[in-house]
Amino acid sequence: MNPYEIRKLFPILDQEVNDQPLVYLDSAATSQKPSAVIQSIEDYYRGYNSNVHRGVHTLGTKATDAYEGAREKVRKFINASAMEEIIFTRGTTTSLNIVAKSYGGAHLSEGDEIVISYMEHHSNIIPWQQIAKQTGAVLKYVPLQPDGTISIDDVKATITNATKIVSIMHVSNVMGVINPVKEIAAIAHQYGAIMVVDGAQSTPHLKVDVQDLDCDFFAFSGHKMVGPTGIGVLYGKKELLEKMEPVEFGGEMIDFVGLYESTWKELPWKFEGGTPIIAGAIGLGAAIDFLSEIGLDNIEAHEHHLAAYALERMAEIDGLTIYGPLDPMKRAGVITFNVADVHPHDLATVLDMDGIAIRAGHHCAQPLMKWLDVSATARASFYLYNTEEDIDKLVKGLVKTKEYFSNVL
Amino acid sequence: MSFNNLDTLYRQVIMDHYKKPRNKGVLEDGNLTIDMNNPTCGDRIRLTMKVEDQKVVDAKFEGEGCSISMSSASMMTQAIKGKDIETAVKLSKTFSEMIQGNEYDDTLDLGDIEALQGVSKFPARIKCATLAWKAMEKGLKE
Repeated sequence: MNPYEIRKLFPILDQEVNDQPLVYLDSAATSQKPSAVIQSIEDYYRGYNSNVHRGVHTLGTKATDAYEGAREKVRKFINASAMEEIIFTRGTTTSLNIVAKSYGGAHLSEGDEIVISYMEHHSNIIPWQQIAKQTGAVLKYVPLQPDGTISIDDVKATITNATKIVSIMHVSNVMGVINPVKEIAAIAHQYGAIMVVDGAQSTPHLKVDVQDLDCDFFAFSGHKMVGPTGIGVLYGKKELLEKMEPVEFGGEMIDFVGLYESTWKELPWKFEGGTPIIAGAIGLGAAIDFLSEIGLDNIEAHEHHLAAYALERMAEIDGLTIYGPLDPMKRAGVITFNVADVHPHDLATVLDMDGIAIRAGHHCAQPLMKWLDVSATARASFYLYNTEEDIDKLVKGLVKTKEYFSNVL
Repeated sequence: MSFNNLDTLYRQVIMDHYKKPRNKGVLEDGNLTIDMNNPTCGDRIRLTMKVEDQKVVDAKFEGEGCSISMSSASMMTQAIKGKDIETAVKLSKTFSEMIQGNEYDDTLDLGDIEALQGVSKFPARIKCATLAWKAMEKGLKE
């Protein structure tokens, strides 16, 4: 896999920012989109824009075929056993909210436990806080090891017979840690709990097989995997989804509507109230084609390589702290760090002057920031279009930033 | 790297306030405490003020944040001490116009604060500069 060839397929990367060639190191926030994805959305709007699942006209049929075709692509991509298990949502946040509200609302009662971890993104914390408040369930946190990883012993010590739901992120958006969600799922099941996986940061970067993980629910977003914003997926085991109530009611999701009672469509449509995100789903389908052609194994290997290279190069900088494990095989292409005496916002502004885009802030993970005992950090994240040269530019920029601040301070 | 551009942002006087913040701490005999944070980036400030007879007698701040937010807080406390509420609020409005790159009332003596004018060219950082001022306005409205 040649990242220089891949770069050419992403038109946005070919530009200057502040008179410098753009170095985009913020893919964990959102990835860039290849021409093929942009084109698929344009083709839909220019050629066959129509509503789906209704009417008999030709464009409507074309749009329905494309929308349902995208669902089949998603099913295959994560190796779900049936298309009924693939629900299109607005993104990971919406997917997790559906599980918390619908499954959690029906199965939790006072004294039951929900288990998450200290490294979760806010989208895998707050839905559980809310449903815990409504049902009287208790929210418990698996602690972290000093290197920011989760130990199986801690998982075993936290999950009890009262645990009904375990929800853990597959890959950390801050430290890049890859969590042992398959092992955690097995433990959850021993105690009769279900396993929810937040796959927002894993699905773009490594091969996901929901049957192999044996998770009950798996959530991810299109925009972090070269697809458009506003589309995401909730995978759920069919036998669980069948028993769950929809969270949104209205058009599209109904079977028979009476004056006082109605019935729902079968899976997956009962969870897709209203006109669905047609262009988004088609764009996600194109993104999946794009990633599959390159191969997730190749992408994962490339990112491990970049992470190893970046960890090595960044270690050369005095006063630079890296959060999370230093073993590149334990992490995806996300590196969160701080430079002594330079606040991450100042760092990000100075790097931006050099055309380098990084993230600064709390990365929607305030409990993790508290655990790390920092108020904010800087984060560089890599994807298939990044190169060693990008990392060299980052390192050079960091050194210059340090010099600049030691002069002005 | 275009250091010239950066120099309009990180002016000497700003870095001086960042390194040696004025009025840092908590006012023991204050009668107004305002906590404010910038939820998108994690910056936070606790501003304590002593207000008597419609006048800001004293003000102190503590918090965490970047050079722009902390220096702005330092300058703000310096500027409002001894001013009556009306003047302090007017100062805040003028600051807000300046920081957004709009026309502003230059009859008011802004002193050190004028150094923050360069922030207007960095739209992503405007919220850093306004945090302390928003806290002050919120407190004085109470």
